[in-house]
Amino acid sequence: MIEVSKLRKLFGTQTVLDGVDFSIEKGESVVIIGRSGGGKSVLLKHLIGLLTPDGGEVRVAGQNIANLTERQLLKVRAKFGMLFQGAALFDSMSVAENVGFAFRNRAGLAPEEINRRVTEALAMVDLRGIENKSPSELSGGMKKRVGLARAIVYQPEIVLYDEPTTGLDPIVADSIDRLIMRVRDRLEVTSVVVTHDMRSARRVGNRILMLHQGRIYASGSPEEIFASQDPVVRQFVDGVADPQEIGF
Amino acid sequence: MQRTLTSWFSGWLQGLGALALLARDAFVAVLRSRTPWRELIYQVYFVGVKSQSVVLITGAFTGMVLSAQTYFQFHKVKMDTATLAVTGVSMCSELGPVLAALMVAGRVGAAIAAELGSMRVTEQVDALRTLAMHPVDYLVVPRLLALHIAMPLLTLEAIAVGIGAGYMVCVYLLGIDSTYLWSNMLRYTDIPELMTGLLKSFVFGGVIALIGCYKGLCCGEGAEGVGRATTEAVVYASITILISNFFMTMVLAPLLG
Ligand SMILES: Nc1ncnc2c1ncn2[C@@H]1O[C@H](COP(=O)(O)OP(=O)(O)OP(=O)(O)O)[C@@H](O)[C@H]1O
Ligand SMILES: [Mg+2]
Repeated sequence: MIEVSKLRKLFGTQTVLDGVDFSIEKGESVVIIGRSGGGKSVLLKHLIGLLTPDGGEVRVAGQNIANLTERQLLKVRAKFGMLFQGAALFDSMSVAENVGFAFRNRAGLAPEEINRRVTEALAMVDLRGIENKSPSELSGGMKKRVGLARAIVYQPEIVLYDEPTTGLDPIVADSIDRLIMRVRDRLEVTSVVVTHDMRSARRVGNRILMLHQGRIYASGSPEEIFASQDPVVRQFVDGVADPQEIGF
Repeated sequence: MQRTLTSWFSGWLQGLGALALLARDAFVAVLRSRTPWRELIYQVYFVGVKSQSVVLITGAFTGMVLSAQTYFQFHKVKMDTATLAVTGVSMCSELGPVLAALMVAGRVGAAIAAELGSMRVTEQVDALRTLAMHPVDYLVVPRLLALHIAMPLLTLEAIAVGIGAGYMVCVYLLGIDSTYLWSNMLRYTDIPELMTGLLKSFVFGGVIALIGCYKGLCCGEGAEGVGRATTEAVVYASITILISNFFMTMVLAPLLG
């Protein structure tokens, strides 16, 4: 479904992605882990064509999207749903308008049907009765969940989640994990999840990719990653800092 | 020195090119009728209705001061009754469109750049793109059309109020004979002058919208980026209005006159 080869991205003189290679099958759910600032969000934005690579290819369903125009990309993006790390809700619209936004340019749905789907999607993320609130009235975790509802309400084939459970309490985080699994199992949705939460990585992923120094450093099933003896992977999985990073 | 000049110039050209591409994108989107009507109506309301007070005050006081000053000079050569004719012609073809556009650039151009800029830095523009909506269709087109529609109407208002207020000053404060005053004004202020003003204001509307949208969509990171985008939108739009006004006068005067 998605193939990335030799993907390179530079911001100024800083090389963020330096030859990333991986591919994701249809219906698979892949977790991307890596250090903060390591380029996970940047990688995710390349998959949906929000950023253009400085080298390499991104293929979605066989089509190289690296050099499509913005208009051509719109058709490709209709397959995708994306949850942003900062939720990125439209702050001039109510919650219901945010979640129902994608239906604006999908003709043929009656307003009642849209309302029903919006309410249903909000119920799935455990938010009821906030349709008419504006995003500025929501807490960080609520925004995140509205963003999640917005990304899945139109049942896209591929969903990209950028840190879906960061900033949520453990109970809601657990229900979001379950939701991601449910979305994945229904209709063979392909999911790509960026997360720091190793527990949720283990639960939602069929496969874990570790991004380190601009490349895919390690990849494998959750069991393999958790049992890995590689010092870099080990350090990340166990969550220990280098001694010199603590000293001050 | 030469290098900074070269890089400044190439940056300027690049900006101009990007602006032209944005204009083309917006034009194509309008032709393919990708206009979001709800947004357009809201923008017309925001631009047109909410700019009334600013434009009315500007128009009125400009007309008043212009009439008074013209009278002080014309009185010396006993041409009192020609006063309002000068006011009429300059309000219609120059001051009305330019001053209304400058006020709207300060109010609406800044608002556009700030709104789109903060949407960009909070990734809302990216979110729009992931939801398969083109930012030009959804954000630029309604603002551009709204300004094209509202700017001529606002200018018309400024002109009318300016001439009206000038008339009041002439008749009630300066004691000029009202019949001669009015008929002289009508003799010199005619359809071509009014057309010049409306045509200019149509162009200025586009200038304000495009520069505001361009600055907003290309704004730098963070609050500082938004601030800079806002300032630059107002400054560049104002300068473009003043410069293009001169050239339009030179081109339109022989055509319409
Ligand atoms: N638009 C941009 N312009 C310049 N540099 C950028 C931009 N976006 C990201 N970067 C840089 O790219 C690097 C990777 O950023 P990215 O947001 O992908 O990190 P991340 O892995 O998602 O981190 P986190 O886990 O904290 O979200 C950072 O060093 C950042 O400074
Ligand atoms: Mg990130």
